[in-house]
Amino acid sequence: MDWVNVILQGVLVGGLYAMFAAGLSLIFGVMRLVNIAHGDLIVMAAYVALVVTQTLGIGPLTSLILVVPIMAVIGYALQWFVLNRTLGDDLLPPLLVTFGLSVIIQNGLLTLFTADSLKLQSGDIEVATIRLVEGVYVGVLPLLQFVVAVAVIAGLQFVFYRTALGRAFRATADDPAVAQLMGLDNRHVFALAMALSLAVVAITGVFLAVRANFDPSQGPARLIYGFEAVIIGGLGSLWGTLAGGLILGVAQAIGAHINPGWQILAGHIAFLFVLAVRPQGLFPKVRT
Amino acid sequence: MSAKTSAGKGVRVAFGSRWSHVGTALCAVSLIALAAAPFWGGRDDLQLLSEIYAYVALASLWNLLAGYAGLVSVGQQAYVGLGAYILFALAILGGVSPLWAIPLSGVISAAIAIPVAALVFRLRGHYFAIGTWIVAEVFRLLASQVSLLGGGSGTSLLAAVVIGMAPTRQLRDFLLYWIALALVVVVLATIVLLLRSRYGLALKAIRDSELAATCNGIDVRRTKVLVYIVTAFGTAMVGALIFLQKLRVSPDAAFSVNDWTAFVIFITVIGGIGRIEGPIIGTIVFFVLRQTLADLGTIYLMMLGLVAILVMLTTPKGLWGLLVERFGWQVFPLERKVVFEERSAARE
Amino acid sequence: MPDSAQAHGQAPAAPLLAVTALDAFYGDIQALFGVSIEIARGEAVAVIGANGAGKSALLKSIAGLLRARPDAIAFEGAPIGGMPAYAVAARGIALVPEGRGLFASLSVEENLLIGGQLGRPGPWNLQRIYELFPVLAERRRLPSTSLSGGQQQMAAIGRALMANPKLLLCDEISLGLAPIVVRDIYARLPAIRGEGTSIILVEQDVVQALKAASRVYCLQEGRVALTGAAKDLTREEIAAAYFGI
Repeated sequence: MDWVNVILQGVLVGGLYAMFAAGLSLIFGVMRLVNIAHGDLIVMAAYVALVVTQTLGIGPLTSLILVVPIMAVIGYALQWFVLNRTLGDDLLPPLLVTFGLSVIIQNGLLTLFTADSLKLQSGDIEVATIRLVEGVYVGVLPLLQFVVAVAVIAGLQFVFYRTALGRAFRATADDPAVAQLMGLDNRHVFALAMALSLAVVAITGVFLAVRANFDPSQGPARLIYGFEAVIIGGLGSLWGTLAGGLILGVAQAIGAHINPGWQILAGHIAFLFVLAVRPQGLFPKVRT
Repeated sequence: MSAKTSAGKGVRVAFGSRWSHVGTALCAVSLIALAAAPFWGGRDDLQLLSEIYAYVALASLWNLLAGYAGLVSVGQQAYVGLGAYILFALAILGGVSPLWAIPLSGVISAAIAIPVAALVFRLRGHYFAIGTWIVAEVFRLLASQVSLLGGGSGTSLLAAVVIGMAPTRQLRDFLLYWIALALVVVVLATIVLLLRSRYGLALKAIRDSELAATCNGIDVRRTKVLVYIVTAFGTAMVGALIFLQKLRVSPDAAFSVNDWTAFVIFITVIGGIGRIEGPIIGTIVFFVLRQTLADLGTIYLMMLGLVAILVMLTTPKGLWGLLVERFGWQVFPLERKVVFEERSAARE
Repeated sequence: MPDSAQAHGQAPAAPLLAVTALDAFYGDIQALFGVSIEIARGEAVAVIGANGAGKSALLKSIAGLLRARPDAIAFEGAPIGGMPAYAVAARGIALVPEGRGLFASLSVEENLLIGGQLGRPGPWNLQRIYELFPVLAERRRLPSTSLSGGQQQMAAIGRALMANPKLLLCDEISLGLAPIVVRDIYARLPAIRGEGTSIILVEQDVVQALKAASRVYCLQEGRVALTGAAKDLTREEIAAAYFGI
């Protein structure tokens, strides 16, 4: 039962990693941009949730009603005013600008909130558990988070392949010049994609803050986990991203079970292993 | 140029411009002045200058990697830390003199860079960048698992090892200062020579168009791997020296993404990426800002990030690029010019 | 073929589109030198010329993909030169780009739907497009990349029509297609004009272009070398303007 628990915990955490990855993957899919500040934006969303819960006296999960639109607006503005100016053939400007953004967000949070670790309190739900079979228990909160992660991925999948917005995303990704001929303003399409990405970031940030302690320095690690999940799962495939997140989560859980110092290392090694033997990822999108 | 006129002229390729001769002379003078710093400067001056040299070297190496070979890495802290840890391992566990350990750490790191390159080169563009970062994280986590070198909290050089370098503290300061100066000169000279070699032309071709370069018989991947390994070699030696001066190493300090990559990238971009002079100008700006604004702490870092973003968005060629465009300045003789010489009349 | 009976290449007053002394550049290279053309409502005009004569540059300038002086291009009397392509599209100009430019990750039907995403009212909708090109209806669920060249061209034209444009710009729709396929596609143009849509056809295939259009502009090295009613121009005149001999 010991190992069953370990793997189960890994799977549940993996859902969170898949959410880290989903926002990242979305942006790369639409505009070939890797947002280095992605992890810092997740941490920022946690702090936004902190301010919202404290100001209004509402619970973290309720605060999503505000945090999601706030982050989406930030994403739209960020893309419109800053990141759209970096897009082009040269990959350095977007990389450098998001890297600079990462440093600004980290130090901004540090200035405003200090380096102290914080956690969002979500009340009774935190300690509630469900017994699956004898000896195997799952927390209600981790389970909820996992269900939300799957729902987020499914939602993104739906938006991407079943809506006019998703069509616009895919068309602009295929050929930005021809997409303009269809009356699509690339800048607006990209800004909407970033808004959607940061809406996912908001959900991710709130669950991160409810599950564990957070502080301003945690962003880069979230970026790296998300990135590893994307590569393990295979580029351009949202369900693959979910699988990548789960594999990463399980690898970390197994590593931690063997030696607490190996938790993160085990995840990186799983990533490097996939990169070495199957660089296209486990579930790459099949292009016809 | 029609065939008629070129038949009457000889053609050769020359390097540099009028400005680069002035620049070379200026370089020589300042080099002599800097080499004499132990005789005119205090201990603090030597330390500050050594730190400046380290950043010029790191930024120049990153510039070679990103600005010339198009390999935008955000994981060069992997090699700073690797160099530092190899030096400490050789000195503490192997009994090797720290001075010898500097070049050795470069060689070993370059050897490690070969399999790393095989792995991270599977990723392209932005993904390459984050892949290099993960490699640095792996190195950091592995370093913190080495209990012989203090694990997560790091270790210091033993007094005996330190004294073994030079008997007095002043002599040690001088020695390390000169090594730092020599190292930055060697790094810059190597980069200039590399860029003037046929690899330099290949890099220029790759930067303009990888496809065209491949079509012209340039082995793009090979050239990039070579640059990656050379950069790892240099970066590791600089890292080894930095931590030899600190006499203490820890995983978080040695593999710091802020200190060894964020600052280095900001320096290069502010100064001017893809130009030899850029990192030097950028380092000067960086240290002037730091000496005046460091008291602001986190706000200083935010300003630095903001300045780098603004420079990238408004003057992507950096401060030096701005000066070159306005005045045609060039310090290092890198520009290739085709010179048409009149052949002697007798041979016509 | 229905013809709006214009005498000897004279465009009627108040044209739908008037291009006046247009210069266009690909980077530093000038592609058009003071080109002027006009097209009336419901008219079909052919722009012919050799490779590199500037035909595509002309269409790209009109569509907003190349920079232009604002008053160099007037659409329904308003200056649209240099407007971004999406704004030009919103005003009712649709370009069928050279090489078709279908979106590879979209299905055939999605390609058509995205053509209509501006929601401009007019005669064309999915059903009408499928009536015009029945083969697309059969393949609507398939990826656009699975279509043959001719079918792709039909999808590209259908996609442009979905925007219900007042002016349809067609860039080399015969390119790389078998003659029988070209004839098949050209046979649908009268139906499109029948809905009141003006068409500018850029072609290297002079015979097809002359049959489909009422007036012809011949470009040569970025300048208008010849213009006139399609039925009045002789082979010799066209050859001279086309090749510059």
